[in-house]
Parts: sequence; structure tokens; C-alpha cells
Amino acid sequence: MNKPGVIDREGLNRLIQTLIGRGYQVVGPTVRDEAIVYDNVFSIEDLPAGWTDEQEGGTYRLKKRSDDALFGYTLGPHSWKRFLHPPERRLWQAQKDSLDFDIVPEQPDNTKYAFLGMRSCELHAIAIQDKVFIQSPHTDLHYQSLRQNALFVAVNCGQAGNTCFCVSMQTGPKVEAGYDLVLTEILDDSHHSFLIEAGSEAGKNILEEVKAGPAGAGEIKKAEEIVTNTAKQMGRAMETGNIKELLYENLEHPAWGEIAERCLSCANCTMVCPTCFCSTVEDVTDVAGDHAERWQKWDSCFTMDFSSIHGGAVRNSTQSRYRQWMTHKLASWQDQFDTSGCVGCGRCITWCPVGIDLTREVAVIRESTTCQEENFSGSEAQNENS
Amino acid sequence: MSGKSKPKVAVWKFASCDGCQLSLLDCEDELLALTEEIEIANFPEASRAVVKGPYDLSLVEGSITTPDDLSRIQEIRRLSKTLVTIGACATAGGIQALRNFKDIHEFVSIVYASPEFISTLDQSTPISSHIKVDFELRGCPVSKAQLVEVISAYLNQRTPNTPAHSTCVECKRRGTVCVMVAKGTMCLGPVTHAGCDALCPTYNRGCYGCFGPQENPNTISLGDRLREQGADSAEVVRAFRSFNAGAEAFLKESERHEKENQKH
Ligand code: SF4
Ligand code: SF4
Ligand code: SF4
Repeated sequence: MNKPGVIDREGLNRLIQTLIGRGYQVVGPTVRDEAIVYDNVFSIEDLPAGWTDEQEGGTYRLKKRSDDALFGYTLGPHSWKRFLHPPERRLWQAQKDSLDFDIVPEQPDNTKYAFLGMRSCELHAIAIQDKVFIQSPHTDLHYQSLRQNALFVAVNCGQAGNTCFCVSMQTGPKVEAGYDLVLTEILDDSHHSFLIEAGSEAGKNILEEVKAGPAGAGEIKKAEEIVTNTAKQMGRAMETGNIKELLYENLEHPAWGEIAERCLSCANCTMVCPTCFCSTVEDVTDVAGDHAERWQKWDSCFTMDFSSIHGGAVRNSTQSRYRQWMTHKLASWQDQFDTSGCVGCGRCITWCPVGIDLTREVAVIRESTTCQEENFSGSEAQNENS
Repeated sequence: MSGKSKPKVAVWKFASCDGCQLSLLDCEDELLALTEEIEIANFPEASRAVVKGPYDLSLVEGSITTPDDLSRIQEIRRLSKTLVTIGACATAGGIQALRNFKDIHEFVSIVYASPEFISTLDQSTPISSHIKVDFELRGCPVSKAQLVEVISAYLNQRTPNTPAHSTCVECKRRGTVCVMVAKGTMCLGPVTHAGCDALCPTYNRGCYGCFGPQENPNTISLGDRLREQGADSAEVVRAFRSFNAGAEAFLKESERHEKENQKH
């Protein structure tokens, strides 16, 4: 096992400089437009010192903390998806000559990103997107190239948000796999430090250059306590037992119609979701018709075009679209990729303008079906408990 | 396209502010390329010269507000192979559709010294209420990129890329922080047709709904949410009653809140 070390704020700055020195484009949390978003980071000055967020269904507020924590927020509207699977990307260009035309494919992007401040749920989300884009019969070379070059500096969450439910989804809050380096921010009246551990050879190598001090037993224990505490603060929970069967058996449940009355079909939930991967392609030509380009853009199962085939859209009601989204996330994703499509980050709840909450909707469906079954299974359940 | 005759394109104006025509003039970079490919047969904002019809493509700006408009639009349709309406006036009646909620004759008698010379209709209506329209390009004004896209698509015989989904999709692709969720700002983006690339939210304002209703607008749910966030019914009425006041989904929602406002 790699031995954990300790760095202070200066040490964290050294880490950022080391990454930049090694050719990485460091992307991390920063404050913009009253939210914490992911953008280029050049020093610790760019990090959201003393900021946190308060979240509820349909509401996000950036708030001042009483301390100077650098990672004292939970999650913002952005996910790392916008870097590894960018919202708009040219796939190829075509140029006409006198007789024929040439196709010029886009070269895979080989930017070396270092993501700073990644949360456990976010690492899980990337592992899910890896299944979609790399471990599938159709590898996305662009994603693969960015993914292979990327370095992940994770942070154990020091607090959970009101829309978080990673504990239910078994994706956090403790960072356990898929990272190069992991930090735990330790902050009290007297000092501000970070427990740092390497999770890969690349991480170890960087850590050597950063020169962390040795971690004491007290610091290791403190870091453990922080993440254990976070696990107790989950703002949401979702019962996942037999969830696939539950949803498949309730495709005609009245809840879908009730959700459709509130759902705006705006697609925000899919755009902010770190695992949603759907895109569309747009072909464009110039006015003269000599030059054409194909662009890939994020799409959503909430748009009409998404399910359009010859003759019209297959899912033309909001009800059918929301049902598609949720049953894909929580049920058919399991059939397709052998994992849930949801990591419990809560973004779809916070960033839904009308605050539709999938944990609540699952609970509504579950409760109504258990009510029906209660008369039959009530006695059995009691036996199990005893 | 040498050898072939260039398609004749005409731009027509009805009740409007000319902003959409100006968007076309504003396409500086593409305008030159465009004139290589098309013959501009009529373009009131650019030149007085009018080439005789028929026309291959007519771009129609503005709404129908006078008896004369009624016959002129029929004539233009008759002379045009393909007819595309551009902008909120032509596609939804424009800001001048606010007259539809009032008595126009009262306005006329207040505004004009000799109202008997004014010949106008009670309502401002979109072009599609009167003739068959081949394609509608939304916006107040239209986006110049989309306008060039529609003309390119026409010239290359393909479907234009003008998605009808919400403005929110554009916000999220740009990485704009949602002003509604992060600040409680009144925003029509979730029910508004994309096309502006989320201009207002990117500059910290709520969407004004310039591109009219999206393909599947749940205006009732958004209207309720705006009220929950603190807007009063009069504010919601005003939000839905601007450039696309006459578009059905916006019209119904403004009426719903107006009724409620009158109750208080
Ligand atoms: S479905 Fe919602 S909670 Fe689950 S991963 Fe996506 S955005 Fe996060
Ligand atoms: S669930 Fe919410 S975010 Fe998703 S499409 Fe419906 S209203 Fe928009
Ligand atoms: S700012 Fe408006 S348009 Fe943008 S995502 Fe939020 S609600 Fe939608």
C-alpha cells in the first residue's frame, strides 16, 4: 500500500505547479456566476476558498463558509463529462474538388488533462462512461485518447449535499478506486492541511516531486472520521433492491403521467448527468456546397428529434420520455452495461428547474406497489425481522 | 454554379421592425458568398430595385396587420416556389400582437389625428394563418447563423439544422450556469425554442422567449414554478406577453395568469 503523506496549502500549490510543469492542463473547481464550475486552474488562488453550496430540488445557492476550506462545497452544475465527452465536437470535414470530394477526419484530441477535486461519485461516473465509450464494440477514439492521457486528483467529500445519495448507490463518499491521487482536506482552528495518497504509479511519481511530509496516526484517523461523517449526511436516499424489476413491472404506473404534468421536457437533467452519453450529429454545408462538416452534439432523450424515425417521433409524450430516461438510468442500463446508470450525485434533482426528484419518484412507485403487496407479504417480512 | 442560372431570392416586409432583414445584411462574411450563389431579386433594406417574379425563394418578414397585407401575401405566395417566414412577427404575430388583447380602434382614435385614414385589422397574425408556409425560422430577431443555415440548406437541398428543443440545451452545452436554479431569476428557457445559443442566460439574464415555444412546451408547469419563485401573476403575464405573445402556448399561459390576476 502507498503510504499517505501530508501537505499544507503551499504543498497543494506545489502539486498544481508540478502538474502544469509536466504538461497537464489542470482543471478544477472555481467560482463563476454564483456557482462552482470546472475551469482552468493555475494556482490555489483559483480555487473556491471559503465557498460552499446549498442545494435542494430546483435550487442551488452559493454561500460563504465560516472557514477557508478549498473543497468545502459538494458539486456544481458541471461534470468532467464536458472535457472527456465535449458538448460539441467536429467529427470530420469534406471538401469538394472538380470530380470528387475528400474526407478529412478529425484527429483525436490528445490534451493532457489533470482534473483536480474529483469526487467519488464522479470517478464512478467516468468508470461508467468508460464502459460506454471504450469497453464497447465501437470505441470512441477521441474519448479514449483524452481518457488515457488524463490524471485524476480526487478529494474525499468533507460534507454531503442535500441532493446527494451516493451511499445508496454505493459510489461514495470515500474515494476507493480509479484515482491517481486522493486528498482529504483537514481543517480546524489551528491548521489547514491535506492528507494525500497515491493510487497509481503516475500519482506516486508526482507525489515524490511534491514532497509531502509523513502523515501521523492522528491525521489518518481524522481523515477517516471526516468521510465517515459525510456518509451520515446524505440529503437523499434511494432504495435500490430489485429496482430493475420494480420499474419494468410498473411501466404503466400512474406516477409517470403525474410526473409529466410537472416535467418541462427541457433536458437539463440529462445534460447535467455525468453518465448520460447521448449525442446527435448535425451535417452542415457552406453556401456554395463545396465544404461540408459533421458535428457531434450532446443530445437528450427529452427532445423530439431523439426518437424520430421516418414518419415521426416514437416517444412524443413527456410521459414516455421521462419514463425512458428513468428506466434507462436505473434499470435497462443494468442489462446494457452491467451497472446502474446512476451514481447518486443529485445533479438532476438540483438542476431540474422544477425540482423533479428521481429518488422521490422511485419511492412513490415502490410504496404504491408494496401497499398492494402488503396483505400478502406482511407476515413474512415480520418473520425475517425476528 | 456557373452555367446554371442562380436561384432568384426575394425578401418581403410586412408589419415588422426590419431587424430580421438587418440580420441578413449583418451576415457580412457570408453575404458575398451568398450573392455568388443567388440573385437577390427584392430586398427592401438593401436596395429599391425589384426584379420581376416568379421567385425561387421568398423570405417573408413581418406579420399581417392591414387589409392590404392580406392581398399582398397571397400575391407573394403565388409568385414564390418556396416561401420561408423569418422572425417572431412572421411566425407568431410579433410584439404588435399585443393589440390582439385590446381594442385596436381605441388606440387608433387616441394616436392619430385623423383616424378615418387608418385602415387596419383587429389582430396581428402570423403569415401561416393566411397562406401555406414551407419553413418557419424563429427569433426576434432571427439568428444570422441560422438564417445563413436555412439558405445554405435550401441551396444544397437538405434540411436546415434548427433544433426545436429547449433553450436549456444550449445553456448546458455552453456551460452556462442556470440563472433560474442558481439565482431564482425568471427564465422562459425551459419552454423556449432554441436558436440564440442561450444568449441571455449566458449574460446573467433570464430568457425572454424570443424564439417562441419549443416543440413540447409545458408552460403551465413553468408558470407555476415562476410563481413559486416569487413572481406575481402580473409579472408572469408580462413574461409570456412579449415578442411571441400570439404563439398559442404563450398566449394560453398569459391568459391563465391574467385571469388569476383579475381575481385579486
Ligand atoms: S441520474 Fe441524477 S443523480 Fe443519478 S448520476 Fe445522473 S444526475 Fe446524478
Ligand atoms: S425532469 Fe426536470 S430537468 Fe428533466 S426534462 Fe423534466 S423538467 Fe427538465
Ligand atoms: S438559465 Fe434558463 S434557459 Fe438556461 S438552463 Fe436555466 S432555465 Fe434553462
